[in-house]
Amino acid sequence: MTRPAAPVWALEMRAVSKRFGATAALDKVDFELSPGEVHALLGENGAGKSTLMKVLSGAVRPDEGEMRLDGRPFDPAGPLEGRRRGVSMIYQELTLAPHLTVEENILLGREEHRAGFLRRREARRRIAEALAFLGHPEIALDAPIRRLSVGARQVVEICRAILDRSRVLVMDEPTSSLTQEDTERLFRLIRKLRGEGVGVIYISHFLEEVRVVADRYTVLRDGRRRGSGAIAETSLDDLIQLMVGRKMTDLFPRQNRAPGEPLLSVDGLKSARMAESVGFLLRRGEILGLAGLVGSGRTETLRALFGLDRAERGRVAVRGKSSRTGTPWRRIAQGMGMLSEDRQGEGLALGGSLTDNITLSRLGPYRRRPFLSRRRRSREAARWVEALKIKARGPDQPAAQLSGGNQQKVVLARLLHQDADILLLDEPTRGIDVRSKSQIYGWIAELAARGKAILFVSSYFPELLGVCDRIAVFHRGRLVAVRPAAEWTDEGLMAASMTGKG
Amino acid sequence: MGARKTSISFLNLVAPFLGLLLVLALFSALPEVQSRFLRWANLKSVATQSVIVALGALGMTLVIISGGIDLSAASTIALSSVIVAYAINAGAAPAAAVGLGVLTGGAVGFVNGTLITRLRLVPFIITLGMMGIARGLAKWIANNQKIDAPLTWANELMAKSPHPSWLVAAPGVWLMVLLAVAMAVVLRYTVFGRHVFAVGSNEAAARLCGVRTSRVKVAVYALSGLFCGLAGVMEFSRLTVGDPTVAVGLELDIIAAVVIGGGSLSGGEGSILGSMIGVFIMSFLRNGCTMMGWPNYIQEIIIGVIIVAAVSLDRIRHRRAV
Repeated sequence: MTRPAAPVWALEMRAVSKRFGATAALDKVDFELSPGEVHALLGENGAGKSTLMKVLSGAVRPDEGEMRLDGRPFDPAGPLEGRRRGVSMIYQELTLAPHLTVEENILLGREEHRAGFLRRREARRRIAEALAFLGHPEIALDAPIRRLSVGARQVVEICRAILDRSRVLVMDEPTSSLTQEDTERLFRLIRKLRGEGVGVIYISHFLEEVRVVADRYTVLRDGRRRGSGAIAETSLDDLIQLMVGRKMTDLFPRQNRAPGEPLLSVDGLKSARMAESVGFLLRRGEILGLAGLVGSGRTETLRALFGLDRAERGRVAVRGKSSRTGTPWRRIAQGMGMLSEDRQGEGLALGGSLTDNITLSRLGPYRRRPFLSRRRRSREAARWVEALKIKARGPDQPAAQLSGGNQQKVVLARLLHQDADILLLDEPTRGIDVRSKSQIYGWIAELAARGKAILFVSSYFPELLGVCDRIAVFHRGRLVAVRPAAEWTDEGLMAASMTGKG
Repeated sequence: MGARKTSISFLNLVAPFLGLLLVLALFSALPEVQSRFLRWANLKSVATQSVIVALGALGMTLVIISGGIDLSAASTIALSSVIVAYAINAGAAPAAAVGLGVLTGGAVGFVNGTLITRLRLVPFIITLGMMGIARGLAKWIANNQKIDAPLTWANELMAKSPHPSWLVAAPGVWLMVLLAVAMAVVLRYTVFGRHVFAVGSNEAAARLCGVRTSRVKVAVYALSGLFCGLAGVMEFSRLTVGDPTVAVGLELDIIAAVVIGGGSLSGGEGSILGSMIGVFIMSFLRNGCTMMGWPNYIQEIIIGVIIVAAVSLDRIRHRRAV
């Protein structure tokens, strides 16, 4: 790209820092964007991309650093001001009102009127022109948003941004729920925006798309800028190396295990929320890791398996006993236990005590005619609190008062108390401290050694590599490859997750 | 796509409209009431009986479209009727008394809206509290009994045979029609109306687009209060007394009318015409059942069934849409 001698960036961020508690989400990050440039912002989950964009939008105030928009200082007090100054965000959760029409959404908050009565003709003409310019004249102005496809909704948001004369447009994973065709149309549209001098910040996990659409890239890792440059002068491998960039740690005690007979076999399982059907085999004493990006279908697979989502087709065989549909009640009876990725929403009864949470899925032993024995439940719970080193005042403390790591241990204690044979663990170490993490790794390994079968979903590849016997990779709803953990590398998992080629 | 949209909004109204026709057809077909049901005199009487719920439903439609609820509507009606009677008794001019009644309602609504936006509490809780507060105030002011007031023109508002006979129907009926048209225009053709829909559809998006959502909400509840105040005036006019115990549970009739008319309790949907059809479905049912000599409980069961049926239809329609 050729730039004038004294470049005026469309956007310039200098030494932006932001701390949340003890962790530095952003550490002196620089970022610059020229007018008419498509700039890919890359990094793993938690690398700081979304925090940086929240700072840009005005949703989060930085602790340090400064921003300039078209050379002028830019310090938005909130998203509304950011937007008025010309920074528009196109998020995955769209910021449209589903009941209102295309026209009403685009004009929302800036309707032209005379004495409060709407004047629509001129505005309608401008919107129709803009939609035609974007290559989407087929989108009807009077169609309610909720009747449009995800792709069309995105176009509406982009149209709103253009009519607002936005200088900087941030697109966060814009293609994750688009069809191939819609994706290509989006790319054509992005090129048009580039021609108009709009700077586009493009966040995506799909590196091959990034290579097609972006001019330059910036990679963040652990809250710092690790690299920037022209896309054409780099390779996929270089980008992945920049994003991963770390050495394997020895948090993971390797044990020698000999997987036994098949405990769970899944064949062609598909729920309404899954893009494609999935099949795999899990043996006694085996830990099978499910790798992939967020939204790649791992959680949906576990949900269908556990009977939380109804299976449309396929079969699930537990200990050779085959069935298609299951309910959580029935799966628990078959010896399955699930740890949800949404600890606070689904994993725990937050208001309940540790005793309630630990014993909920197996109350049988405490039955005493019409009542439950409070004392015996509490004693049993206390045993687990001690065994798993849960930091709590006692088994009667409400689960809500515990730290994340200790809450996760309570959920794990429930599965152990339930004596589940097949454990479905969805991001069991998300958002918890290192100490609790390594404890959980240890227990998982020990459970496998005792003959349990474990499905381990994680977005953090090193822990999959360290803990699992085999790893399966998901990409856009499809199970791409299953291989022994020893045959995978961090980079290989990342590449397979992002490209779907393993 | 344009054609599809019109057919959809058409469908939204077609269900309640068919419901109304069904009720009318049912009673017109029953030989016992056939001769009296669709008669002019009866229609006038149904219209007059609908005025109070209809006025309440005008405000409630806005509240429900904005994603809220106003449980204090009926209590506000009672409070306003007591205020009007009290003021007339105290020697105020009828016009002043009527104005005071309407403004009292508006004040109640303004307080509702302000508390909802300032305390950031759900409307259900705030207006549930206000339901008790307004009812209690009404009883306090009325000293826990009915307030008799001398007859004035204010009592003519709900007269089935109005004084200048060219009016044909009670002034209250005309007021209802006029205000319904006005509110339909406001909802459809003004910036405010659009913002009400936007707040109910996606409040976060509306705020992000620069809609002053708190103002919109306060205005919506204040309007609802004003309409309830006016409904209270009509209640006073009908009863010729201020009665603090009147209209208990009427807020549920008002909400039912809006819901039957296509209003969605999760916000973003509803229309004045729909709500008015809802009001008339319920009024004609009551009227027809009474004529048939069917006991009260039959009416209650039928209306209950209609509410469930209307909302289920709504759900089915939405499932198809999404």
